[in-house]
Amino acid sequence: MIHLKINGIPVEVEKGTTVLAAAKKIGVKIPTLCYLEDLLPDGSCRICVVEMTANGRTWVDTACTAQCSEGMEVDTMSAKVIDSRRKTLDLLLSEHLINCFSCEANGDCKLQSLCVEYGLEKTSYSAPRKLKPIDDSNKFFTYDPNKCILCHRCVNTCNEIVGRGAIDTMNRGFTSVIGAPFDDNWLTSTCESCGNCVQACPTGALSMKRRKKYRTFQIEKKVLTTCPHCATGCQFYALVKDGKVMDTEAYNGPSNRGLLCVKGRSGSFDFAQSPDRLKYPLIKNKQTGEFERATWDEALDLVASKFMELKKKYGPDALAGFACSRSPNEDVYMVQKMVRTCFGTNNTDNCARVCHSASVSGLAMTLGSGAMTNPIEDITQKPDVIMLVGSNPEEAHPVVGMQIRQAVKRGCKLIVVDPRDIGLAKKADIHLKLKPGTNVAFANGMMHVIIEEGLQDDKFIAERTEGYEEIKEIVKKYTPEVVAEICHINADDLRAAARMYAKADKAPIIYCLGVTEHSTGTEGVMSMSNMALLVGKLGREGCGVNPLRGQNNVQGACDMGASPTDFPGYQKIAKPGVVEKFEEAWGVPLNRNVGTHATDVFPNAITGEIRGLYIYGEDPVVTDPDTTHIIKALKSLDFFVIQELFMTETAKYADVILPGCSYLEKEGTFTNTERRVQRVRKAIDPPGEARLDTDIIIDLMNRMGYPQKHMTSAQIMDEIATVTPSFGGISHARLDSDEVGGRGLQWPCPTKDHPGTYIMHVGKFARGLGWFYPAEYVPSAELPDEDYPIILMTGRILYHYTTRAMTGRTPELMEIEGKSFIEMNIVDADKLGIADGDRVRVSSRRGSIESTARVGTKTSPGESWMPFHFPDGNANWLTNAALDKYARIPEYKVCAVKIEKA
Amino acid sequence: MLEQSYYAKADEIIGVYGPTPASLIPIMQDIQAEYRYLPAELLTYVADKISVTKAKAYSVATFYENFSFEAKGKYVIKVCDGTACHVKKSMPVLAALYKKLGLSAQKHTTDDMMFTVETVSCLGACGLAPTMMVNEEVHPRMTPESAVALIDSLRGGAAE
Repeated sequence: MIHLKINGIPVEVEKGTTVLAAAKKIGVKIPTLCYLEDLLPDGSCRICVVEMTANGRTWVDTACTAQCSEGMEVDTMSAKVIDSRRKTLDLLLSEHLINCFSCEANGDCKLQSLCVEYGLEKTSYSAPRKLKPIDDSNKFFTYDPNKCILCHRCVNTCNEIVGRGAIDTMNRGFTSVIGAPFDDNWLTSTCESCGNCVQACPTGALSMKRRKKYRTFQIEKKVLTTCPHCATGCQFYALVKDGKVMDTEAYNGPSNRGLLCVKGRSGSFDFAQSPDRLKYPLIKNKQTGEFERATWDEALDLVASKFMELKKKYGPDALAGFACSRSPNEDVYMVQKMVRTCFGTNNTDNCARVCHSASVSGLAMTLGSGAMTNPIEDITQKPDVIMLVGSNPEEAHPVVGMQIRQAVKRGCKLIVVDPRDIGLAKKADIHLKLKPGTNVAFANGMMHVIIEEGLQDDKFIAERTEGYEEIKEIVKKYTPEVVAEICHINADDLRAAARMYAKADKAPIIYCLGVTEHSTGTEGVMSMSNMALLVGKLGREGCGVNPLRGQNNVQGACDMGASPTDFPGYQKIAKPGVVEKFEEAWGVPLNRNVGTHATDVFPNAITGEIRGLYIYGEDPVVTDPDTTHIIKALKSLDFFVIQELFMTETAKYADVILPGCSYLEKEGTFTNTERRVQRVRKAIDPPGEARLDTDIIIDLMNRMGYPQKHMTSAQIMDEIATVTPSFGGISHARLDSDEVGGRGLQWPCPTKDHPGTYIMHVGKFARGLGWFYPAEYVPSAELPDEDYPIILMTGRILYHYTTRAMTGRTPELMEIEGKSFIEMNIVDADKLGIADGDRVRVSSRRGSIESTARVGTKTSPGESWMPFHFPDGNANWLTNAALDKYARIPEYKVCAVKIEKA
Repeated sequence: MLEQSYYAKADEIIGVYGPTPASLIPIMQDIQAEYRYLPAELLTYVADKISVTKAKAYSVATFYENFSFEAKGKYVIKVCDGTACHVKKSMPVLAALYKKLGLSAQKHTTDDMMFTVETVSCLGACGLAPTMMVNEEVHPRMTPESAVALIDSLRGGAAE
């Protein structure tokens, strides 16, 4: 340890500590402009200079770069230091346009604050300045080089933290500017518009365009909440002025580490404040087919009486109710409670059914718990190798993608297993561009190589697993050559990937819908756990099997028992004692039959087995496969109610629409993909007569004869804790406490003094022993043939989120990417006479749509890919509702289509 | 789109220094030596090959005065305008060259791609002021007349 004195205060630090870090340790403030925590110092702004004396020598140097030495004395505010800082500021001002009066950063500018502190009003240098052109091209922010002090915080943020490297410092000396290369501007460059550079800017050089609509001091409150998009669980402040959210500000949360993506920063509040919001209950006039405004009493009375009438006439199992994976845990809990206690059925589900239900059921079968085993920071900061399977986090989970890019920069190796040349494939050491729908064959091939080369973890297999002998037999025939044939990959690449993964000390598998959305999705998931079990990479830091969940609270919606098979906390209906436990807790007799999966509810509606449906916040007409079939099902229902924010495609078929609240208008919790329960806090009031969703449910429950006392969100979480062992220690009060410190709690968290579970399956699997599932490769349900020769996959893009109900209401996102397209290979395109940008007709056995071709080599020949966001050519008119046998998840990732010039 | 031979040449040069970010500057130097400028498409290609962002490559290329994205003439003339050369009347030399070749501070290269005229801050040969360089060769104690004569002799040499 090294001992020194800063302003006379003794401090002890480790060797290699900078003076700046040492000063921070004892609370001595040193001003900085270019310094970014966690990165190597830039040392360019010179404002952090201090006076140091050591070994009889006194000198002035930057505290961010100078390292402490034994016996050093540091003066952070000596006359020399103050003089130096004043001169630095004077020089910075000589190149800084002073127009604070009209500058968005006025009052929130570090340069301005420092000038006030050091008593500078203007520069003493009189050389005339030539104004440089402003880059206003980005949809969300502006770069004004005339206010730029070239501190490089934006460049270092983009390069080192975001890992994009879209911008850099161009030219030299007085002509230096920050910008994109060559003739590109901020818009045409590789910039993802995440805006992390803007948040890093200490002046007004980089400024969000929406900053023109408010001044910093007009912000009445900053409400810390959880992002409503993907399940990374990023934390940010909503900045509120006059009852409206004006902006967001990233918070240094455990999963986002101060970062946000374009959707989180810029697409998470326009929708809530959109004029399109439903403001009153609506009842459809049977004669005219038009919706008419109703009072809450009329609407709720009608809903309650209709469902009870249908229940009496057709029995409880003729009713079903889906919860929303974007709404808080407390809301989901109440919806499933209503379905179980009032409808009297277990026909409840959530949209995880169509994304990660295979993960929930698959990992529950093999490991005992269907969730990410390790946290995001652990699988991005610790590993030597990351194996990414069927996941494009740069677009679907951007802040996880940024952290994977950081890992690669740090030297972590990357294996990408994906049918497309996704962005991370470029950074990968090995890219297995496999044929869609062949994951099980790939995994079995990996295991074949690992066993053949003796790279398996025998001790782990012997002590902690079962079923090894059976899987060993199965994978024998999956030689690299056989697998190469099935998967359309190179056998040696497979060997190299197997070696790289098996030999790494720490290597997580991170996967997503490329694994789950198949008719063999659950087996695909279990193949992932098979690989990890084989090499003992579970229950350890930097390892695990990690499904990236797609929606903010889809993990929570599953946890909260919106499932036809499970009560909250995955307590199985089929398990003796579980139903009795909930009968006692809820005080009514409950249905003992396992319910119907959401994807089976629609066909059952057509056959008349399901008569009444309650949907809270889902839009299956847009999101579910085979749209024609879904619409037919909804039309077949006797009574259909939807609780929504917007008049969605699905809502149009409803008999009653109940307007609820967005995440900005309520209290609650979201559980992110790493099982972390984090707070959602009310920032603004709902529009019109829209009501709290839990209040709507509670009123309905009482009207349907269940005496449900009114509860706040916090009280609902307390009830959840009493009936859900894995949530036993979770409450709003605890989440808000200093003990938790804004880091949320990761379930299982069984008791009030339990710190939550960072890594699962340490020492023992939730299931006891890890089970090798004997999975055989089965081809996809619909393979290409002469009539429909091309495989179609679907997926998410960076700028949008599922149906676009939210992101579609941020105009700038629509300007960046607002129309349907289909990626196809140049070989196929040439054969079909299709050029890049041509309009094309895409048809499957179920439907036909028009879209625009993007021709290239991103997909392999014979394969194509479409985003599922856009109504002009929604891919789900084409997709196949072939269901997985365990999870009933549809095969979105493979269907056969034909593409023609439109 | 450049001819395929450019990419082959770039691959050859990358092969010499290795496909690592640290090779960026020597690779750029060799490309410039080969083509007398840095073709933008080629810099993008190289950046991709050696895992440097396009923005970083452009940043480095624009930092150094020596790199050019514009094609240069067969003869690159660098007129020194360092302090010593300046007081020894380097500017009239430059003016004479501009006039002779029809160039200016904005137009650096003749249409026939024979001559490029640039100024540099110091060639480190102040004792020989005013100096200029033609490609790798230093020409001492220049006058407007000797500069024009030099152009004529270079033209003559080229005609041979």
